[in-house]
Amino acid sequence: MSSVITRVKQKQIAQLISKGKRLDGRGITDYREIKVEQGIIERAEGSARVLLGRTEVMVGTKIETGEPFTDTPNEGVLTVNAELVPLASSTFEPGPPDENSIELARIVDRGIRESKAIDTEKLCIQPGKKVFVVFVDVYVLNHDGNLIDASALAALAALINTKMPNYEIEEGEVKIKSGYTPLPIRKHPITVTFAKINEKLVVDPWLEEEQVMEARLSMAIDDDGNICAIQKGCSGSISPNQILEASKIAKEKAEEIRKKLEW
Amino acid sequence: MSQKPEKLIDKKGIRLDGRKPDELRSIKIEVGVLSNADGSAYIEQGKNKILAAVYGPRELHPKHLALSDRMVLRCRYHMAPFSVQERKSPAPSRREIELSKVIRESLEPAIFLEYYPRTGIDVFVEVLQADGSTRCASITAASLALADAGIPMKDLVVACSAGKVDGTIVLDLMDTEDKMGEADLPVALMPNFNAVTLLQMDGKLTLEEFENALNLAIEGCKKIYAMQKEALKAKYVSVKEEADE
Repeated sequence: MSSVITRVKQKQIAQLISKGKRLDGRGITDYREIKVEQGIIERAEGSARVLLGRTEVMVGTKIETGEPFTDTPNEGVLTVNAELVPLASSTFEPGPPDENSIELARIVDRGIRESKAIDTEKLCIQPGKKVFVVFVDVYVLNHDGNLIDASALAALAALINTKMPNYEIEEGEVKIKSGYTPLPIRKHPITVTFAKINEKLVVDPWLEEEQVMEARLSMAIDDDGNICAIQKGCSGSISPNQILEASKIAKEKAEEIRKKLEW
Repeated sequence: MSQKPEKLIDKKGIRLDGRKPDELRSIKIEVGVLSNADGSAYIEQGKNKILAAVYGPRELHPKHLALSDRMVLRCRYHMAPFSVQERKSPAPSRREIELSKVIRESLEPAIFLEYYPRTGIDVFVEVLQADGSTRCASITAASLALADAGIPMKDLVVACSAGKVDGTIVLDLMDTEDKMGEADLPVALMPNFNAVTLLQMDGKLTLEEFENALNLAIEGCKKIYAMQKEALKAKYVSVKEEADE
């Protein structure tokens, strides 16, 4: 997921960061401006668009009925998919999902699943037979770095916006009625991503910082300040102390974002 | 899968397989087990049985993937259809694609990739039987296979998981603990640099529990590191003995 960036700029980004500054003027733990819009696609059961600086991600959710997994017969099913749409970046190509989009989808999935954000038991229609399946489709529209945080935020915003169809059971058959109830959301996991550049961690890397970073670290934090998912990425390493430092910053940042969005 | 046992840890703090919370499963490592591969290793950790093989450095196909300043490392993590309770389709799943990526990224920091520009090296990991924490055992074996292939490396990479089971922080999760436990934290480490090259987590941990689990996993890594070095030496002792005969 890289495009060309000059050596001079690489050096400049790295040198500034070692002084605690960033090329775009942010502090090392500052996010870019976050904008969240919900309910923008009428045909979807829920939708949201998140702007994180110039990174733009849209998420639409669809709800269908399906069979539950045999080991969780009383719970609805969550499926997350991510598309790195070719119009979002010169480095995205059409075709089946590559490892980057699969990793992105699985990170978003883990944040929602492990924090138990959705009350999946309320999605059960007939235990062991029929449940609601929630499809979360992440659509990256403009890539300017930190797709993980933008996608996780957009996915949560879309889920909060999601309406579940009303139904009744007639003679063992599920009949969809008119009207909707909101999807039962219990937790609001926020994912915070760091880039390690020149031995320092910076929050919310933009595209050019991602091209310089040695390692990437993402942590999903729930409403109670627990860590519910982590993913390290890229071919560099991080020291244990830095990881612990990151976990504290992530907790603060997640709280800050949740407060700002009033979730 | 079987039903959830009432307790994963009993009153005396003993786990389902008789281990204490900070105890590793029994581990057997062998280096140089495949004759065709340039390097190979086999690990048994609990009921995990995993083979890793390395081919290369060699010409990279397709050629346009080659890089002018370094070697390209490719990695495939794959589970045999018979490795789990219910047959797994041999086609690569999304999980396997993700794990292949994180395993590759965990090994890359240890290799002097710049020594072999324009070439490629392939690491193949086959999980023959899975028993929890397979990605960790895979990394431990894969880095030995790389060393066995004579690839210049800064350090071996060793991995171990920690997690939370029945409210207790435990080391080296087995299958049931992984599935029924509250959190799973796989960690890969280059012990000589105290550098973490793989870190994932799912579940729920407070910051304090996370710190304890991370430290426990790192301790586990260091114990396995000693076994890794022994296994590597053992191969060359046996080669020397053969030569002497």
